[in-house]
Amino acid sequence: MFGMNADWSLEVFERYFTIGDYAGGEARWCPGCGDHGILTAVHKILRDEQIPPETTVCVSGIGCSSRMPHYMGTFGFHGLHGRALPIACGIKSRRPELDVWVSTGDGDCFSIGTAHWIHAIRYNMDMTLLVFDNGVYGLTKKQTSPTSPLGFKTNTHPGGAILPPLNPLSVTLGITNVSFVAQVVDWSPPLLYEVIKAAHRHKGTGFVRIIQRCPVFSDSLSKSLQNDPDRVLLLQHENGIPIDASAKRQFSNLIEHDPSDLSAAREIAQDVSRVPVGLLYRNPDAPCYETLTSRGVEFTARKRLAGLNAALDRFTI
Amino acid sequence: MEASQVVETVPRAELIHEHIVEIVSDSGEGAQKAGQTFGSVSARMGNGVWTVEIIPAEIKPPARSPAGASGIRIRLGSKHITNMGDQADLVVAFNEQVLYSRIANGAYKSGTVLLIENKWRNDPVAEIQAQYDRALAEFRENGLIVHELPLEEACREITPNPLVGKNMFVLGMLCHIYSRDLEIARSEISIIFKRKSEKVVELNHRLLQAGYEFARESLDLQYQVPPQVEQGQKRFIVTNGNTALGLGVMASGMELVSMYPITPATSASHYLADVFHEVGGFVHQAEDEIAAIGFAIGSSYAGKTACTITSGPGLALKTEILALAVMAEIPLVLAIVQRGGPSTGLPTKVEQGDLLASIFGEPGDAPKVVVAAATIEECLHFVVMSRRLAETFRTPVVLLTDANLATGQQPYPRPEPSTEWLAPPIDQTEWDPTVPPYDWDAETGLSPRPIPGMVGGHYVLTGLAHTNESKVAYDSKSNQLGCDMRSRKLAALAGTLKPPKVYGDPEGELLVVGWGSTLGAIEEAVDRAREQGHKVSSVHLRFLSPLEPGLKQIFSRFRKVMTVEINYSDDPAAPLITPDNRRYSQLAWLLRAQTLVDVDCWSVVLGAPLQPGMIHQVLLQRLASMEG
Repeated sequence: MFGMNADWSLEVFERYFTIGDYAGGEARWCPGCGDHGILTAVHKILRDEQIPPETTVCVSGIGCSSRMPHYMGTFGFHGLHGRALPIACGIKSRRPELDVWVSTGDGDCFSIGTAHWIHAIRYNMDMTLLVFDNGVYGLTKKQTSPTSPLGFKTNTHPGGAILPPLNPLSVTLGITNVSFVAQVVDWSPPLLYEVIKAAHRHKGTGFVRIIQRCPVFSDSLSKSLQNDPDRVLLLQHENGIPIDASAKRQFSNLIEHDPSDLSAAREIAQDVSRVPVGLLYRNPDAPCYETLTSRGVEFTARKRLAGLNAALDRFTI
Repeated sequence: MEASQVVETVPRAELIHEHIVEIVSDSGEGAQKAGQTFGSVSARMGNGVWTVEIIPAEIKPPARSPAGASGIRIRLGSKHITNMGDQADLVVAFNEQVLYSRIANGAYKSGTVLLIENKWRNDPVAEIQAQYDRALAEFRENGLIVHELPLEEACREITPNPLVGKNMFVLGMLCHIYSRDLEIARSEISIIFKRKSEKVVELNHRLLQAGYEFARESLDLQYQVPPQVEQGQKRFIVTNGNTALGLGVMASGMELVSMYPITPATSASHYLADVFHEVGGFVHQAEDEIAAIGFAIGSSYAGKTACTITSGPGLALKTEILALAVMAEIPLVLAIVQRGGPSTGLPTKVEQGDLLASIFGEPGDAPKVVVAAATIEECLHFVVMSRRLAETFRTPVVLLTDANLATGQQPYPRPEPSTEWLAPPIDQTEWDPTVPPYDWDAETGLSPRPIPGMVGGHYVLTGLAHTNESKVAYDSKSNQLGCDMRSRKLAALAGTLKPPKVYGDPEGELLVVGWGSTLGAIEEAVDRAREQGHKVSSVHLRFLSPLEPGLKQIFSRFRKVMTVEINYSDDPAAPLITPDNRRYSQLAWLLRAQTLVDVDCWSVVLGAPLQPGMIHQVLLQRLASMEG
């Protein structure tokens, strides 16, 4: 153009999206709730990746976590308790080009929605699955959740939780075709951003368990971890998630972990004396179900009609 | 139609206009395949045909047990056949024990011809010999005309494994008995075994031929059933109702069926799994019933209206999320192939027990469209209609069929689909952001739907009470308005429906109201009563929610109105039952509430299709009681 080398010309976006384009209604989580930070991270990632809001769908179930679609300036689907994943998978099935996010919680995903959690990991459809895990049912006011620690006092177990908690990491890592498992705490914003961004960029289901503060019902759980950062194990690797200096200052326990090593990831997940943060496992080559479910979306009406007539002809007498 | 090439008159063959044939066996002996083929051959020869499968609940029930009876009934005739009829004229049985369950169902009469495998007579187990002898004496005593035949022995001349091959041998026998064209039978066999080797096809052709010759030599029994005259030049197809459902999905342009295996619905998905890719579609087998409908709702929400197919227990599991689709106004087609309930009930047998659950199953008010197919042909066309209704009215549509339609086979005019039948491409035009996502028309409740991908169309769908902006709203006015608008859509749809046609005179003594698969049996019973001079008519409903208009007016022209259904109602003569506490059958319940007419009912839960003779008797009794 005008004798200029096209490679030098400035790339100008036809539409440029700002954080404001991804913001929905004002977030009405409690002050001090970890969910605010997660929402901010998601807004930033969408802005940084310049995903058009109209092709983004945020799907949720029921619970505090599942209010998230209301605070997004994208398409949202605030559905039923436990059923976010079948809806999200269905959306993806014939519209694989949509950018699908699922926000769910420990009760929503690991209790009432357990079957869908297991099978969605197996389907491995390309979506970002954020589990806001505060170890308690918040919206219904303090009942035991599957990740409540033993002895944690709730309204359903006033004497303390009577069963040891379910381990979401080791369960997820045990599911056939699992392709991305990460864990992070909400009070480390740079790491939170990087972990969710990596999950979003991953082709497949990016499962992120976010250990999240609930200042009202389970403050003691996150406080004890915040006050004892040595219990946190920061996972680092050249093929892992970029970790900045602030995260390293926050969590001094750091180990090298190759995210392509599933056995090592399972071992780390099994050790409940530590809380690993960072990327446990990533397999970019795991097959995604939508490559099968979306077959034939491109068929023209004429082609469909020809197929239908051929089918009818087989029964013609 | 190949009728022209057929009937050179067969001498000796007795001319009949209708016959009911059964093949009854242990499970896995191929009776259904033989019967379906016999039905197809008869349809291709121009006869009216209706087939009903007799299916045990177990895959491999114990051999030689009445509960394990597996088989098929084929009713063929010289006119259009709409139901399974009354008692059989001829039955082929592979052992005597399975016949007991059919006898318990009133399937035979004095004069029914029985062709029975006679190897049991010389069975090495003395007890079996004795059972056989006892049973045959009993059958003869009851008037069955028994022919004992060495079926397996005759098959063994063709194949070392007669257990597998004798069904095609029996097909050959039936082809001789009913003067069928062997060429057509051969070509049907080639189609059935198209995935098997040439050798398998050839073996079955030889078994067919052998059975044909065996019947000619050993039985003095031959009939001729002339073809229907009224079929004309139209092209016909033969399918069962579940295949019709699958074809309907393809003809509707829906690209996704999301299902979880459940009897008797699953074979619709089996059919689709085989061919859906040819029209660019996909069958998703979900992890459970809830996930199956959830996946379909996700697809529908994203612009591709999807279908989920289930039966009663699946409907129960889907209830909560079905209400979400109502609440958030997501189009969806939910096909329910009804079976006997409640709970696991009668998985393989027919009932019309899910009508009220379909209309009222959800907590709160969840108005949705509910339609019921009355014929196998309607199983196909109603899917096409349901998809369009779902999108136009932005609502789930429940399409009811049942086990009788699902496995019954019948010839019907081949649909001639056009591109208008198919779903339009997803609308991805820009959405005017000043238009709310539920821009309800105040009169009809209808509104256009933003779809992901539309610039400016984004909104947050929610199952919570919401405003027209889809904003969560717990205030009184918003909730009332939302409920009004969703309900109003049914009134708008009802306004487009015509009153149902009355079968028979538009006025008289007794009006029978039915719905679903009982259409043919009810109309045949009405015909018989009318031939006797009784003033009986019938009405058959396809739309159950909203109900078809004009019912009260139609009812007012009859002295008495009653429904005939296959679901539970208290017999008014039963102990403790009074007019105050009597529980009515489901359609009667609905009609009484809606029309304030004192609609009576007769219904049974026998796990079997209604026979016209049974209904005829009921009509005569009710007429007699009206005189008294």
